[in-house]
Amino acid sequence: MRDPRETFAVTAARLVDEDLSVALVYAEISGQYFREVERRHPDRVVNVGIREQLLVNVGAGFALSGMRPVVHTFSSFLVERAFEQVKLGFGHQDVGGVLVGSGGSVDISRGGRTHQSPGDVALVDTLPGWTVHVPGHADEVERSVELAVAGDGRDYVRVVAQQNARAFPVAPGRFHVVRRGEGATVVAVGPMLDPVLAAVEGLDVTVLYANVVRPFDATTLRAVLASPEVVLVEPYLAGTSSRLVADALSDVPHRLLGLGIGTDERRRYGTPEQHLAAHGLDAAGLRRAVAGFLSPTRASA
Amino acid sequence: MTTTREAARASTRGYDDLRRLMSLMTGDEKHDAAATSTLDVLWVLYDRVLDVTPETTTDPCRDRFYLSKGHGPMAYYAVLAAKGFLPEEWLAGWATYDSPLGQHPDRVLVPGAEISSGSLGHGLPLAVGTALGLRAQGLGSRVVVLVGDAELDEGSNAEAIQLAGALALANLTVVVVDNASTSYHRPRTIAPRFAHEGWHTAVVDGRDHVALETALSRRVPGRPTVVVAEVEEKR
Repeated sequence: MRDPRETFAVTAARLVDEDLSVALVYAEISGQYFREVERRHPDRVVNVGIREQLLVNVGAGFALSGMRPVVHTFSSFLVERAFEQVKLGFGHQDVGGVLVGSGGSVDISRGGRTHQSPGDVALVDTLPGWTVHVPGHADEVERSVELAVAGDGRDYVRVVAQQNARAFPVAPGRFHVVRRGEGATVVAVGPMLDPVLAAVEGLDVTVLYANVVRPFDATTLRAVLASPEVVLVEPYLAGTSSRLVADALSDVPHRLLGLGIGTDERRRYGTPEQHLAAHGLDAAGLRRAVAGFLSPTRASA
Repeated sequence: MTTTREAARASTRGYDDLRRLMSLMTGDEKHDAAATSTLDVLWVLYDRVLDVTPETTTDPCRDRFYLSKGHGPMAYYAVLAAKGFLPEEWLAGWATYDSPLGQHPDRVLVPGAEISSGSLGHGLPLAVGTALGLRAQGLGSRVVVLVGDAELDEGSNAEAIQLAGALALANLTVVVVDNASTSYHRPRTIAPRFAHEGWHTAVVDGRDHVALETALSRRVPGRPTVVVAEVEEKR
């Protein structure tokens, strides 16, 4: 399998080669992948150094000049550190651009809290008009970046190392029906799909897969809903999409469980797998949570 | 947008009309130095320096002016009205709910405004990106950014000043309106800060139209330019 982050870099370089209106702006991070394309197009591939506030607004400034910027660094620095630049440079100026964050919640588990960004999607979610891509496979990374660059809106692409065995098409606004059941509906976001499928083995549930989570596909959720029970499994802050499920089902009495990364600071290093397990996002943890949600009496007994 | 008739009328307006236009917003007959600190710089830019008119606000080849210091924009709106970018009738109701003119300008609402500003320290970084974009597209136009001396407190400007020097952005000019308003004022330190990063620098009297025109019109090959326009101290 291809590495998702390297796939982003190769895809971005190809798009810079193919389209004179595309600019790639980065801040040292991932520079090892960009040397050649930067040599070929020094005017359109710009390393701003370790300057993330500048990074985001230089991207927005490119957009103001009529170009399509791809702006990249770790999500923690791209969205969290430079959040006001994201808010004002793109949204308030009313220009488009493609932000590509890598690292996500747990890729840099050994790096500690400074390099972990479980709050990125929740932050972007406070701003109007962003399409949020959460690819769960390198092929989906490639397709999301291609789609985002070809458009003229505001796109955030969240690139992480964890991936599913199988890639799905990327169609903003559409979730995929992976399996149908008579009971609850489990919405697996991005790289959470494979652990979810392992966790619900033998359970009579529907599984939806979302590799683009904004816009949120309320239509498909309502269409497949069997019993009015929904479990959301997101690879970032737990409950980030809960309000959208609540909105989608505002006329349906329902129960909802939002799973994801917790807000408490663990102060642990180790592997991404250990962090996912600590937050209950491995197959065993998800199985426990889903079973408990579906049989509350038995779980509390 | 302005009508042809309004534009024709506007073209007859000059510098002497600006204080009357500002009075439509403030209700004051007289304005203190702080309210007019940017007035002469703005007038000289739109009257003598920038290659942009109400007819060319979407032309890719136009010069760009970014008002980064979005505070106290009455002088800006007055100049835009005098030059026919927006109708004089808009001025009286400024900052009301239905007015396109706010206490900080919004590029989506104000004809001729190139950026939305208000939060300090964004205009210069945006301008660095635009200067790079114009250069990448082979366009010869320039970007002029107005910042306040206290606005340079914001660290984001330091990032931009360093990179613009390193990348030799000759199509970028910063004009610092210096009324010594920063809390930790040290005289004569602004131009050296830019010079240290490889910029061409000029320090001029911010009320002297000829000196402003000369300094703001100059483009130096291979180097961005800063013009420090000194005006009365805000005290």
